[in-house]
Parts: sequence; structure tokens; C-alpha cells
Amino acid sequence: MKVLVPVKRVIDYNVKARVKADQSGVDLANVKMSMNPFDEIAVEEAVRLKEGKEHHAAGTATEIVVVSIGVTQAQETIRTALAMGADRGILIQSDTDLEPLAVAKLLKAVVEEEKPDLVLMGKQSIDGDNNAVGQMLAALLDWPQATFAGKLVIEGGKATVTREVDGGLQTLAADLPAVVTVDLRLNTPRYASLPNIMKAKKKEIAVKAVADYGVDVADRLKVLKVTEPPKRSAGVKVADAAELVSKLKSVGAL
Amino acid sequence: MAVLVIADHDGSTVRDTTHKTVTAALGLSSDVDVLVVGQGAQAAADAASKIAGVRKVLLAESAGLGHGLAEAVTDTVVPLAAGYDAILTPASTDGKNFAPRIAAKLDVAPISDIIEVVSADTFVRPIYAGNALETVQSADAKKVITVRPTAFAAAAEGGSAPVERVAGADAPKTAFVSEEMVKSDRPDLGAAKIVVSGGRALGSADEFHAVMEPLADKLGAAIGASRAAVDAGYAPNDYQVGQTGKVVAPALYIAIGISGAIQHLAGMKDSKTIVAINKDPDAPIFQVADYGLVGDYKTVVPELMAALG
Repeated sequence: MKVLVPVKRVIDYNVKARVKADQSGVDLANVKMSMNPFDEIAVEEAVRLKEGKEHHAAGTATEIVVVSIGVTQAQETIRTALAMGADRGILIQSDTDLEPLAVAKLLKAVVEEEKPDLVLMGKQSIDGDNNAVGQMLAALLDWPQATFAGKLVIEGGKATVTREVDGGLQTLAADLPAVVTVDLRLNTPRYASLPNIMKAKKKEIAVKAVADYGVDVADRLKVLKVTEPPKRSAGVKVADAAELVSKLKSVGAL
Repeated sequence: MAVLVIADHDGSTVRDTTHKTVTAALGLSSDVDVLVVGQGAQAAADAASKIAGVRKVLLAESAGLGHGLAEAVTDTVVPLAAGYDAILTPASTDGKNFAPRIAAKLDVAPISDIIEVVSADTFVRPIYAGNALETVQSADAKKVITVRPTAFAAAAEGGSAPVERVAGADAPKTAFVSEEMVKSDRPDLGAAKIVVSGGRALGSADEFHAVMEPLADKLGAAIGASRAAVDAGYAPNDYQVGQTGKVVAPALYIAIGISGAIQHLAGMKDSKTIVAINKDPDAPIFQVADYGLVGDYKTVVPELMAALG
């Protein structure tokens, strides 16, 4: 089974985003960038499907292709995935941050070329927080989708996915090929070992241009401004539980 | 211009997230219809018809819709889309699951998790885990939007809209296998007036339950947890409050042993009154708390129980 894993280069998880003074966006100059954490979980699961870790049979995945759409430096993100165990990469170069619909259209074109049996991807990127590309890709391909996966079993031509939903868990079985988006608790991604980082340098990354795919990537949304959320200021310290309860009662919170 | 709201419901009643989404929809147009998709959901459709401001209720039923399968919801909604300029649904896990699929089928850009309707084509939504707010204007003729319910007031009851049946689609390539829903007599985390939330400081699942449950029961509160507590296995995943979990905005939020990571704050900072109990006086949670109590939960929580009487 061939697995395609889309990955995105985003602001590092531990860095606080700062809004630019001119309200044009978030300041990314000289900010640490990393692989989107949800995508890292998708890469890890794909590698486990290949290695036969956890409940997966060895060789469930036979080839893992990683694709990223972004600036030249997104090659580093692809290298990280290759060092974790993916086989080869594709970078579709774009100097602008494309909207989910455009990304889904490009990924559809990649799927048509690569013909994977499974697209495994993060449920959302931590920059735009749209939570949309996986569902949109599935729609464009007319494939089934299973989002917010907390457990994945590949067996009998189906992806059986336990989804993290409001109020509990829901398990679905989707016919392959399918799109599965992953949630936080699917696995804990590995750190690549030094030998694997060295090996990853020799793995192939094909560099493409957005224009190579002939799809319409025009923005549909115009960002009028990006602002800071209203700040909440610290209140008062109370000495003990009794004072807390009387304060809460006095403001009608209890 | 008319707007379609896809309801969030449990088969017999509509959740108040639907009422809140109707409020957002009324900001776009006065012609708001509600679509109830499900199986055996007549009672929910009747409940939706009582929301004030609703023009009519559409009810679509099939086995796949009964499980909320995105493929079935999409194939039900797309044929109806011709009659609407915008389709709104709460940003629940269901709404987040099917809304982008509908948008892609209609070739429009989805607008996720809006917190404000500026005008019929302009919306505000959080990005970067709530550390920035983006105001976007849509160029699409049709809009597909998920709404963060906590950002809108609930539409009142008192309507009497007619209920009309429409065709419900199924999902031939996706089969429902099972579900495990957490059964609880406590209020729903997303809708509770009071939320008590526990963090990693509680140290174990047993301790989490022993400390949080009596307090929640005394206050009639829902229980939440930080991501750290969930990741450590102290609390189930659906307790998680934060950007990657549930976003809550109760009248009172009590954080116990939670340090206040950015991603947790993003999930609760719109609460009306915030209380933080933590033994570390420098914990970031105190920077957003209206009332801070520096102390060990082991002594503070029993004292709090006693003070509540």
C-alpha cells in the first residue's frame, strides 16, 4: 500500500505568534519554523504502517511519499519526514500561503499522479487553524473521509478509524482509497536518529512549481486585517477558599 | 439572500449551539432555514421549529445521516445549496467534519470557526491558536461557514416554523462500526454554566476523579482538563479544553492545578469569570484569572468544598 502524507512548514508549536504592527498578518521573520505537529503524527503513523509497529502488520505500507506546498525552506520539513522514515518527497514551491481549497486542488493533482491507497494527514495546521484540507481533498477525489483519528487499523481493503468526537469516540470503516486526518493522541512521533538524518539527505525530493499542476489557486478570501485578541488582565489574589467563595458570590458568579 | 443552518442535535432535542448559530445566521439574513439531518429525528426537527426567527425547518433522514457521516451530510446538503447564499453550522466535531467537504463540492472557500459577523461577506475568526484574529472578506457567491457557538448569544424559543421533509443521502463507501459515548449526569462541557478543570498537578487518574467529581457535583459543573492531564491519561480526551480540544466560555471557569499553556488559554479565556488555583504563584494562568488562589489543591479544594456549604 502506498501512503501519501502532506506536511506543512509552520511556526514552531512553542513560539507565541505576534501580530504585525500594520495588521497585515503574523510576523514570521526570524521565527523558528517546524513541521505542523499534527502532520508529524501522520508521518509517524505512516512509518509505523511500514515497519509493522504497534498493531500494524509489517509492510502494510510499502512506500511513503511526503508532499509539501510552500517556500523553498519547506524542503527542510520534507527532510525531517524523510529522516523519520518516509521514502521520498515532493515540494510544490509557492511563495504565498495558499488557501485550503487551493491546497486541496493541488493535492488532488498529486494523488492523481501518485495513486496512493491512503492519504494520511494532520487534522489542521496550527497557523491557519482551518481544519479543512483533508475533508476538501476527500470531496474533490470523491473518496471517503475519516477525520480526527485516534486509532487507525488497515485491514481487508478498509481503514477502520476511531475518531475523537464531541462526547466520546466513533469508529468508522472507510473503503480504501480514503483520506484519514489525524488527531493528537494517535501516537507520539519519534525523534529522527543521526544515522537516519544522514540517510535522509540522500533521499529524493522532486521540486515542482504550482503552475506544473494547472489548477486554479486564486484566493477566495481577502484578509482585511489581522489583530491581537482583546487582552484579559490579571485580577486579584485571594487569601483562602472562604474569601474566594464570598468574592464569587458578591459578583454573582455563584 | 437566504441562509441554511445545519442543526446540531441528539435526535430528540436541538443543542443550544444550534440556537447560537441561528443568531450568527440572522446577522447575514432574516431568511434563516434550519436543516436537521439524522435518523428518527422528527422530535429534533420539531424542537428546531420553535427557535425564534427560523423561517422553515427541513428534515432529511437516512441511516448514514443517523451517524452524522460527512459523505451523507454533504450529498444531502449540496442539492439544497442552490436555494441559499450561505450555509452555517456550529464548529462541533460534526460541523468541522462535513462543512469543508460541502465547501469543496460547491467550489468555495470554507470559513472556519467564526466569532463575529461583520457583514454578510466579512467575518472574524481566530488563527494561531487564538493568538491572532483574522478579518476575512469572502469573494465566493456562496459561503460555507462554521460558527464558534460560545461567541454568539442563543436565539430565543418562541418560533413556530413549518417542518418540511427533504431527501436524505447515504454514504456507500463508509460504514459506521461503533461508538462509545461518555455517559454522564453532569452538564455538557460546551454548554455548562460552570466548568471545573483539572491539570497535570493532580498526578493520577484516580486523584483526578477523586478531586474533580465531588467539586463538580457540588457546583453542578461540567469537568474539563488541560491537554497535559489528558495526555498523561488522567482524564478522557473529550474533557480537553483548549485550542485543539473544546473551546468553552462558561459564566465561571475554575482551573485547578493548571499552569495555563497558550493552547489551554485559547480554549477558556472567553469565560466570564476565571478562577485559578495553583501552588506556583508565577503560573501563567494567574495572568488571565479574575481571582487567583496560590496554594496546593490538596488543601484548597477541601476548604472550597466546606466554604460552599
